[in-house]
Amino acid sequence: MDKPQPDIAIVKMYAAREEIYPREIKGRYASLRWICLWLTQLVFYGLPWLNWNGRQAVLFDLGARKFYIFGIVLWPQDFIYLAALLIICAYALFLFTAVAGRVWCGFACPQTVYTEIFLWIERRIEGPRSARMRLDRQPWNAQKAFKKGAKHAAWAILSIWTGLSFVGYFTPIHELMGEILSLGLGPWETFWIAFYSFATYGNAGWMREQVCKYMCPYARFQSSMIDKDTLIITYDHQRGEPRGAKGKGAQTGDCIDCSMCVQVCPTGIDIRNGLQYECIGCAACIDACNSVMTKIEAPLGLIRYSTERAIVSRLSLPEMRRRVLRPRVLAYTALLAIIVVAFLSMLAIRTPLKLDVIRDRGVMAREVEDGMIENVYRLQIMNTGETPHRFRIAVSGIDSIALATPSEVDIDGATTRAIPVRVRVNAGKGAHGSNKIIFELIAVDNPAVEVREKAVFFVPR
Amino acid sequence: MSDFTSGFWNIYIAGLTIISILGCGILLWSQSKVKMEKKPGEDPASVGTTGHVWDVDLTELNTPMPRWWMWLFYITIVFALAYLFLYPGLGSYAGKLGWKSSEAYQSELKKADAEYGPLFNKYLQQDIKAVAADPQAHVIGERLFLTYCAQCHGSDARGSKGFPNLTDKDWLYGGDPDVIKTTILHGRNGQMPSMAAALGSDKDVENVAHYVLSLSDSTHDPIKAVFGKSKFAICAGCHGANGAGNQALGAPNLSDKIWLYGGGVETVMETIRKGRNNTMPAFESFLGEAKVHVLAAYVWSLSNAPSNADQK
Repeated sequence: MDKPQPDIAIVKMYAAREEIYPREIKGRYASLRWICLWLTQLVFYGLPWLNWNGRQAVLFDLGARKFYIFGIVLWPQDFIYLAALLIICAYALFLFTAVAGRVWCGFACPQTVYTEIFLWIERRIEGPRSARMRLDRQPWNAQKAFKKGAKHAAWAILSIWTGLSFVGYFTPIHELMGEILSLGLGPWETFWIAFYSFATYGNAGWMREQVCKYMCPYARFQSSMIDKDTLIITYDHQRGEPRGAKGKGAQTGDCIDCSMCVQVCPTGIDIRNGLQYECIGCAACIDACNSVMTKIEAPLGLIRYSTERAIVSRLSLPEMRRRVLRPRVLAYTALLAIIVVAFLSMLAIRTPLKLDVIRDRGVMAREVEDGMIENVYRLQIMNTGETPHRFRIAVSGIDSIALATPSEVDIDGATTRAIPVRVRVNAGKGAHGSNKIIFELIAVDNPAVEVREKAVFFVPR
Repeated sequence: MSDFTSGFWNIYIAGLTIISILGCGILLWSQSKVKMEKKPGEDPASVGTTGHVWDVDLTELNTPMPRWWMWLFYITIVFALAYLFLYPGLGSYAGKLGWKSSEAYQSELKKADAEYGPLFNKYLQQDIKAVAADPQAHVIGERLFLTYCAQCHGSDARGSKGFPNLTDKDWLYGGDPDVIKTTILHGRNGQMPSMAAALGSDKDVENVAHYVLSLSDSTHDPIKAVFGKSKFAICAGCHGANGAGNQALGAPNLSDKIWLYGGGVETVMETIRKGRNNTMPAFESFLGEAKVHVLAAYVWSLSNAPSNADQK
């Protein structure tokens, strides 16, 4: 062999996922997460069952395009409220991320919450981390099959219940349960229950941290909102390094390299390598490290919520906290406050009544008895509240202007009706051509329910 | 898809589509693993680079995507092939399911008929006057009217020039419920021929116009009306000797003050001179008998229901 052949290696561009077995941990932040979990999930699973004035309290009736939220009925015309709500959510995300990093991801995101619930089930059935690892390594036998089967069955039941609760926001949940018992589910209900159940089962049971790592767009753009003064979960290098077992005469830091922080991490990273995009800010490593520090009687907080600047410049706690109130945080807070106040006032002064005036195009104007001029309009009246009202129609804007049709009309709750009305002015009143007039609609029993709408009255030459 | 003059282009497009899809598959398969040279004493897989080096030391790191991601790509290829097999997409091939966008509207209509049909059919079994007394049918009828009739007859059904007022008791073809229904179902074609030649001079036309206006005691010249009276015999064939009209022909009653085109002398003269041609379209094939039934009840109720009495 005078000329050596180059040694060829095959490099794979796609890698199989390595299973992560997060160790169960108890502590301050774990408790906080469970509190968030209970709060959010009590709302999610419970809300469809709540009744309000004889109907489901929160129901999004897509077929009728009416959205009931407690005392409010929103119509497609109220889309601006949804837009405002989404803007509020976005600014809240900006603000929280600027202050404390990915707190949403770590404590409230459904992906985290459901993964936590699924992990809890997994631990109850398959045992702690080491037992789960052992179970996965061992060959299939009756016991393994039983444990795996029980786990997936439990996951499936929870997932289906989640799917049912989700669809219960769109189909009244009592009807939905009736349809299931009588096997009368509609095709779309079946699809969405199956889809949402499968998504829950797949994302919380199988995909887990991969959703955050590869799919979630928020996870990625939150990193652009983090700066040097954002509270993030950090390992204190200066205090911890060099890491190693204590008591061998070597000069070591506080980190005893027990790897507990790695074992509890739901995304399988080592926080000691610094801030990484995989970190969802769940603070499990803080709980783990603090429990170890307690055991070795070292000060707590080797891993803690801190800022990049505080770690590098050794800032004291008050110094670090003062820096939280930096301009971008104040700006986000101010904007959020303005939008929230605007949103709430919009909701508060919202009139449950809408009026569209459509002038008849076929008929410009007619001359009727005594030379009076008549125009025809169609009033599209939307009683968006739930109480039926008798409305009085009034018209103003030209001298002697009056309705020639009945001025009162009954409209049921949450109903739209088009009412043709004829409006007259006496001969010689109003300018030739277009005149601006105003239609006013008032509920007879409640003058607060009132709406005005501009229109045009045409007087021929 | 038959817009092409040559069958070649269908094959060309189908070929391009198939080759592109298969090409994606080959690219995916060939790029999921790369071969690279091992340098002595170094395992490139452990270094985590793709082995590509530019500008002396710029190396491309290999951060492998999860493997299921790759399977998603393969699934899109399977999906594409299945879609092209089932639905139209490959050249002029119509797809196994035979789905057509032109049939989507028809199937929506069928669905709506299945849902609302029974309601309308229930009314169809009832007498029109009974339907007119039903408050729900009234609301439905009002909506149908505002959608299909209001463009010509006005939202308040009082019509305008050339379009009859439907709220009064004056009917061109008769105001019985069944006649109204027939009018909506089959439409009407009202024709008044030009009478200028038959009447003679322009003076005769003017005289007849004044006579016509005298029938309803509208503003007219009594002397001219007297001269016009003899010539009106020509008109009497349709409008009747006393000008009361003929509903069998749709000839308007000239002895009331209701005018379809206007009751001034000039307008009446124009009508006589040039004639009138008026069309009410037929709605049977468009709306179906059941909806027309409800609509007829609504129109009849406009001039007969007690709720309308106070409106004059």
